[in-house]
Amino acid sequence: MATHAEGEHFAGSNKLFISVWIWLLLITGLEVFLGYIHLDLRLMLTILIGLSVIKAALIVAYFMHLRFERLSLVLTLVPMLVVCICLLLVFFPDSFRNRNLHYRFETDKPPATVSGDEGE
Amino acid sequence: MSTEAASADQLTATEWSGGALPYRVGHRKLGMWLFIVSDALTFSALLIGYSYVRATSEQWPTPFPFYPSIVFSSVMTLCLLSSSLTMVMGVSASARRDYKAIRKWIGLTILFGAAFVVLHLIEWKHLIDEGLRPFSLPAEWVTRWPQASPLFGASFFAITGLHMFHVFTGLIYLAIIAARAKKLKHEDVEISGLYWHFVDLVWMFVFPMIYLLSVDFTPVVH
Repeated sequence: MATHAEGEHFAGSNKLFISVWIWLLLITGLEVFLGYIHLDLRLMLTILIGLSVIKAALIVAYFMHLRFERLSLVLTLVPMLVVCICLLLVFFPDSFRNRNLHYRFETDKPPATVSGDEGE
Repeated sequence: MSTEAASADQLTATEWSGGALPYRVGHRKLGMWLFIVSDALTFSALLIGYSYVRATSEQWPTPFPFYPSIVFSSVMTLCLLSSSLTMVMGVSASARRDYKAIRKWIGLTILFGAAFVVLHLIEWKHLIDEGLRPFSLPAEWVTRWPQASPLFGASFFAITGLHMFHVFTGLIYLAIIAARAKKLKHEDVEISGLYWHFVDLVWMFVFPMIYLLSVDFTPVVH
């Protein structure tokens, strides 16, 4: 064990973890509060994703103690994940285009015809 | 344990210096990290797919009133966040080789995780009783959101279902770790912690994207 002094060292105190937990609760509380007040959907989405990325970073850095691991591990795991997720965003232009191809329903039509092909 | 005898400096030297453990983590921990990255991509793909369907739909149901639905799912979030804290305590007890404390903290983690699953199943049952199915909406929703996509159920059940499956698997995993704590190395306990925190992390995206973006603001007509 003595030879592994550096590798086996458990970084982070309970006090640190409790303060991270409180931060996570506060951010969650803020998110729920934003759900309570009525915001524009796009603004809401942007804020929520931003806050969630902060929460994810806190969890990964402290609870999963990636912050206390070697930088080479961080560089192996994080950038490729971020790049792959960003690549997935390539689908969105198509989803907006697709939306514009939709048949526009007449507003005075009864709603029953809309779900006619859904069976129920 | 012949590797233990080898010089630690040699083992954990950087990749450029020819170290055998260039990341300074064991192969199991590295394996769990790689699994987590691939699983993160699975969930990203699902959430992006859900966003795609939602963005391409004329209308999307927003069926969750602040009370009780959002308050209920906030309690679920609290359970999962607290279970992460107790798991951290379990891992730090494992670093001290304090087996009694490991069992206590991992037991608490399992309790919080089980509470999450139970609450989630109650919510599922409520929605299914309302008439929500993977490919059709309850009749009441169709009158409220006439042009809404019927894929709400598919995205909701797929994403929260896969997440719930992960929580459930995590509970079994943690129970095995707690039962075998004495035979396992500290790193094995740490690895189970990684998995558990990842499940918590996924919920940090599922909760806002599925619930908080579908809050029902229209006053309920009785």
